[in-house]
Amino acid sequence: MAAYREFKQISPNASATAKLTNWLENRFPTAFDAYKVHMSEYYAPKNFNFWYIFGSLALLVLVIQIVTGIFLVMHYKPDAAKAFESVEYIMRDVPWGWLIRYMHSTGASAFFVVVYLHMFRGLLYGSYRKPRELVWLFGCAIFLALMGEAFMGYLLPWGQMSYWGAQVIVNLFSAIPFIGPDLSIFIRGDYVVGDATLNRFFSFHVIAVPLVLLGLVVAHLLALHDVGSNNPDGIEIKGPGKPIDEKGHPLDGVPFHPYYTVHDIFGVGLFLFVFSAIVFLAPEMGGYFLEANNFIPADPLKTPSHIAPVWYFTPFYSMLRAVTSEMMYALIACVVLGVGYGVLKSKLAGVLKGAVTVAGVIVIALMLTIDAKFWGVVTMGAAVVILFFLPWLDCSPARSIRYRPSWHKWLYVIFVIVFFVLGYLGMLAPFPLGERVSQVGTLFYFGFFLLMPWWSRLGESKPVPERINFVAH
Amino acid sequence: MSETPIDSSKRTWLIATSCAGAVGGVATAVPFVSSFEPSEKAKAAGAAVEVDISAMKEGEKLTVEWRGKPVWIVKRTKEELDALPKHDGELADPESKRHPDEFTPPYARNEWRSIKPEYLVVIGICPHLGCSPTDKFTTGAQPSLPNDWPGGWLCPCHGSTFDLAGRVFKNKPSPDNLPVPPHMYLSDTRLLIGDDTKKA
Repeated sequence: MAAYREFKQISPNASATAKLTNWLENRFPTAFDAYKVHMSEYYAPKNFNFWYIFGSLALLVLVIQIVTGIFLVMHYKPDAAKAFESVEYIMRDVPWGWLIRYMHSTGASAFFVVVYLHMFRGLLYGSYRKPRELVWLFGCAIFLALMGEAFMGYLLPWGQMSYWGAQVIVNLFSAIPFIGPDLSIFIRGDYVVGDATLNRFFSFHVIAVPLVLLGLVVAHLLALHDVGSNNPDGIEIKGPGKPIDEKGHPLDGVPFHPYYTVHDIFGVGLFLFVFSAIVFLAPEMGGYFLEANNFIPADPLKTPSHIAPVWYFTPFYSMLRAVTSEMMYALIACVVLGVGYGVLKSKLAGVLKGAVTVAGVIVIALMLTIDAKFWGVVTMGAAVVILFFLPWLDCSPARSIRYRPSWHKWLYVIFVIVFFVLGYLGMLAPFPLGERVSQVGTLFYFGFFLLMPWWSRLGESKPVPERINFVAH
Repeated sequence: MSETPIDSSKRTWLIATSCAGAVGGVATAVPFVSSFEPSEKAKAAGAAVEVDISAMKEGEKLTVEWRGKPVWIVKRTKEELDALPKHDGELADPESKRHPDEFTPPYARNEWRSIKPEYLVVIGICPHLGCSPTDKFTTGAQPSLPNDWPGGWLCPCHGSTFDLAGRVFKNKPSPDNLPVPPHMYLSDTRLLIGDDTKKA
């Protein structure tokens, strides 16, 4: 509990501003403390590079989405009979409505761009490593909430793509054995996607998920400020033995305000150039941000000839489609190899080895009996869930890619290429070669993470410096 | 604090009240969770639909809405019916034996999956992920379909193909045939979709 604070006295001759500040500080010291802890006395490493702009940008896009969202809700009607029309009304009749709506739709894609880059930064510099595991976990939860938010928001314009996209994704749940069909009716609130579904998605999109998101963002930032920011060298600037100045502040850090606030404003300026260019010149982004079929009102009796999710979901959608009955044999082979390794090569106790074998046999039996469709859903879910385990999968002696063996960089390059290829294939209609490539890509994606405890230890790390690399400019 | 001896009576009451509180909390959650279920109105909209099929010509397809889903009624030609058994070997489940209770009512468990051979009644929603397949009634080679295509449907989403009895071909994403809804003939020309127990 906060100790009793002495009321600060101020000279009667002080300026009006000083008096007001003193009055506030005596009554609401928490705000003044928070400003110090999170801004003026939060010491961040000096050597941040451009990769470190995306966290601030994500916060900016969140604000853009909330503000534009508030204004869109003033004109939008969450009613299956009126939704499509009300979006067209916003676009055509509401003064500047088109701008607000395009900012919101472009903001959705921009959110994923900056979040993907922000996450990749974490991967490059080992930002999820001890003691920042919770920062990463909160971040992954934000990513998950963001996916839910985007998915439910996409239903609201009630176009053909909104409708059939939701139909396909909700039907994924019906693949779960036994409870699946009832569960998907429960989610929709009807036997098909309909008015009830639209209304509940609206409620989640504008109230429930944003609240959760905000809470998670606060937790993400508080946890970050408790342990301190990582940096491109992946070494600590605070702690025992680290150089400090006479006031006890780290020599290798600078206060967030004013240094990084000003720095970030510059980044925000650059971001807004690009963002505005898209909003004004290419809001549909050639069908990647707003799909052509979504300009046709939802028709429950007719599926468009080609349906695909928006670009930010396609890598995961590709993995879902990659799991066919043939792919199941490859996956079963992976389970057999994993169990075989656990039993023959590892140093586990005998009882554990027995347990691993039994679990393996059960999993294989389930894989043979339950449809590939279900395992596709499991694969897609696992592709996101596996990110949560990253802090414990990475066992590399060096945190940052800068001091890891050079071939790690190439592995990351391949990982990024695979992710892009999966994303590209997920936008296309299925074809045999694409299916084969996405299967290889899926195995690579999971191999990258599941084999990380082994490959990340291999090779020789370069010597990690004591102090960060920083040249004043 | 830790020096104070544990007051076991206080602890018992703490546990008891916490449990009672938890029960109350769960009980309060029930109405909220249940509100997700389809409403009475949605259930009522699941009522049976009556269709007049007297005007249907051979090779024609009629789409009606039942429970918000498209139900197709197809009047198949003699040739199309004769062709059905020929490609049984290429089908995943030619005799509708998989999950018969969910996909094929007893009166449709035959080669043509219908009560009257010429009239096929199926729900036009792919059992894979719920897209509505596209008509591909023309036989023979065409894009996305095999060269010996016997006529049927192609699902645009993930490429499942179905023959003119709504039976799925092998090695396709859809594990099951197109579902046959409960239906019955009220007379020769009046079809009732959604109910097969009503007295005619």
